[in-house]
Amino acid sequence: MAKGVKPRVKVPKQASVGEAITIKTLISHKMETGLRKDADGNKIPQSIIHRFTCDFNGNNVVDFDLKAGISVNPYFQFEAVVPESGEFKFTWYDDDGSVYEKTKKITVS
Amino acid sequence: MIFAKKILTTLLMIFGLNVSTASADESAELVVEGQPILTKTKAPSHMENIDEVRSGWTFRIKETQALQMDDFENPGMIFVDKGIDLWNKVEGSKNKSCASCHGDASEFKGLRTIMPKWNVSAGALWSMEDHVNNCRTEQMGAEPLKWGKAPMDSIVALIGLQSRGMTMSVKIDGDVQPMWELGKELFYTRVGQLDMSCANCHEDNYGVMIRADHLSQGQINGFPTYRLKNAKLNSIHARFKGCMKNIRATPYKVGGDEFRALELYVASRGNGLSAETPSVRN
Amino acid sequence: MKISRRKVVVLGMSAVSASLLPLNLLAQADGQSAEDIVKEFTGGANIGSGDIMLTTPEIAENGNTVPISVESKKAIAIKILALGNPGPDVVTFKFGPLSATRSASTRIRLRKTQDVLAIAKLEDGSFIQDIQKVKVTIGGCGG
Repeated sequence: MAKGVKPRVKVPKQASVGEAITIKTLISHKMETGLRKDADGNKIPQSIIHRFTCDFNGNNVVDFDLKAGISVNPYFQFEAVVPESGEFKFTWYDDDGSVYEKTKKITVS
Repeated sequence: MIFAKKILTTLLMIFGLNVSTASADESAELVVEGQPILTKTKAPSHMENIDEVRSGWTFRIKETQALQMDDFENPGMIFVDKGIDLWNKVEGSKNKSCASCHGDASEFKGLRTIMPKWNVSAGALWSMEDHVNNCRTEQMGAEPLKWGKAPMDSIVALIGLQSRGMTMSVKIDGDVQPMWELGKELFYTRVGQLDMSCANCHEDNYGVMIRADHLSQGQINGFPTYRLKNAKLNSIHARFKGCMKNIRATPYKVGGDEFRALELYVASRGNGLSAETPSVRN
Repeated sequence: MKISRRKVVVLGMSAVSASLLPLNLLAQADGQSAEDIVKEFTGGANIGSGDIMLTTPEIAENGNTVPISVESKKAIAIKILALGNPGPDVVTFKFGPLSATRSASTRIRLRKTQDVLAIAKLEDGSFIQDIQKVKVTIGGCGG
C-alpha cells in the first residue's frame, strides 16, 4: 500500500427516488508519472491510481480509467440516480496492487 | 535535463516573456462552507505605503479561487485530515497524543490570529510550530517535528483551521517590538543577486504580472497554504525561503530569528484580514 | 507593433526550447500517439460534433492541477486526451446504469499550452467530440 493514501467521499445522506445526486471523491495519492528522474538520474517508475469505480447496491454508477495525466490527489465529481436506500461502494485501484475502498449509506424516500 | 531547464528559465527571464492575460477575479467574495471570509480591508495603521490589504486569494484566477470555497475540493483539507490522525496518535515516553491533553483541536480556536506571539516562559517570539514542538518534547516525551515538513505543516494547518474566518490581530508592541522592527527592516532590505526586497514585489508591484504570475501582497493569513505548484501544504518559513531563492539570495534559516521576525512583521501586515488556513494558491 | 514583437519572441523561444528538450521527453510515455489512442477508442469510426461540452479554464494558473468537466447526455463513455502531453491519454469516464447526467469533473495535468480533446461514445455507437485550448502559464517566481 502506497504511503499516506486516504480516500474521501462526499455523498448526500438523503435523496428522493430518481433524483440526480452529486458525488465528489478525492484520494490522496502522489500519482507518480513515470517521467521523472531521481537525484541519480534513474527513472522513477510510474505509480498511479489507474482505476476508480463507484457502485450502488451492486450496480455500476461509473467506472473510470486513469492515466498519469490525472493530477496528484485524484478528484472526481459525477452524478448518480438511486432507486432505493442502500450503500455506495467506492474503489480505487493502485498500480502497486493496493485497493482502497470506502462505503457510504444513503436513505432514499 | 536540469541543465536544459536552467537555460530555458534563464532565457525566459532575459526575454521577460510576458503573457499577461491573467483573469483574477478581484471583486469576488470568498465564502467557505457558508462562512464569509474578509479578503480586503483597511490596512493596519502601522503600514505606511498601502491603504488596503488584500488576501492572496483575490489575486488568483477563478478556478484557483473556487478550490478554496469548498472544503471537499480544497486539497489542503487532505493534509488537515492527516493532521487529525497525527493529533490523535500516541507518541513518546509519556504515551500521550495531542488529544490526551487537549481533546480536539477546537481548544485552539483563535490562536492562529495572534501568532506569532511572545512566549513569556521561553522569553522568545514563538510561532505555531514552537507550541507544537514544546508540547511534543515537554508533555509527550516525543521527538520534535521538523519545520516545513508534512507532519508539522498538517498539525499547524489543523490548529490554524480552528480560527478560520476570525480576524488576524497579531500584537506588535511590548516584548515583541524589537523583533517586529527587525522584521520590518528585513522586509525592506534588498538582498540577493537580483538585489530585491520583499517590498519590491509585494508592496511596490502587487497586482502586476511577473511573467505569468500575478503578484500578491505576500499576505500569510492563509498559511499553511496548499500550492498547486507543489501539491502540498507550504509553511510560512518555507515560502520565505522559496522567495529568497527566487531572488537568488541565500535564505535565512527556517525557524531562525530572521524568519521569525519576518513572520511577525508580515503577519502584522495582514491584521484585519480573516484567517484562511488552509488557503489554496497557485 | 507590440503584438508582432511578442510573436517574434514567442516563435524564437519555441525554437530554442524545442532544441533544448531532450528527445526522450518528446517521445510518448506509453508509446501511444494521440491518433493511436483515438483509433483504439473509436475503432476508426468517424467523429462528429453534437451534444458534448468540455469545460476548461481558458488559462491555467498551474499546469499541475487544471480543473476540467465534460458532459454529453447520451454518452456511455467519454475519453479525455491532452494532445500536448507526453502521454496524451488522460482518463476515460465510463457511465454505468446508475449514472445520472453523463457528466464528470476532474483535475488534470497539462505540460504546456495545448488542446484538450473530449470524445464521447454515444448509446447508438456513434462518436462526437469537443476540443478546448488551455493556455498554461509559466509561473513567475520559481515557475
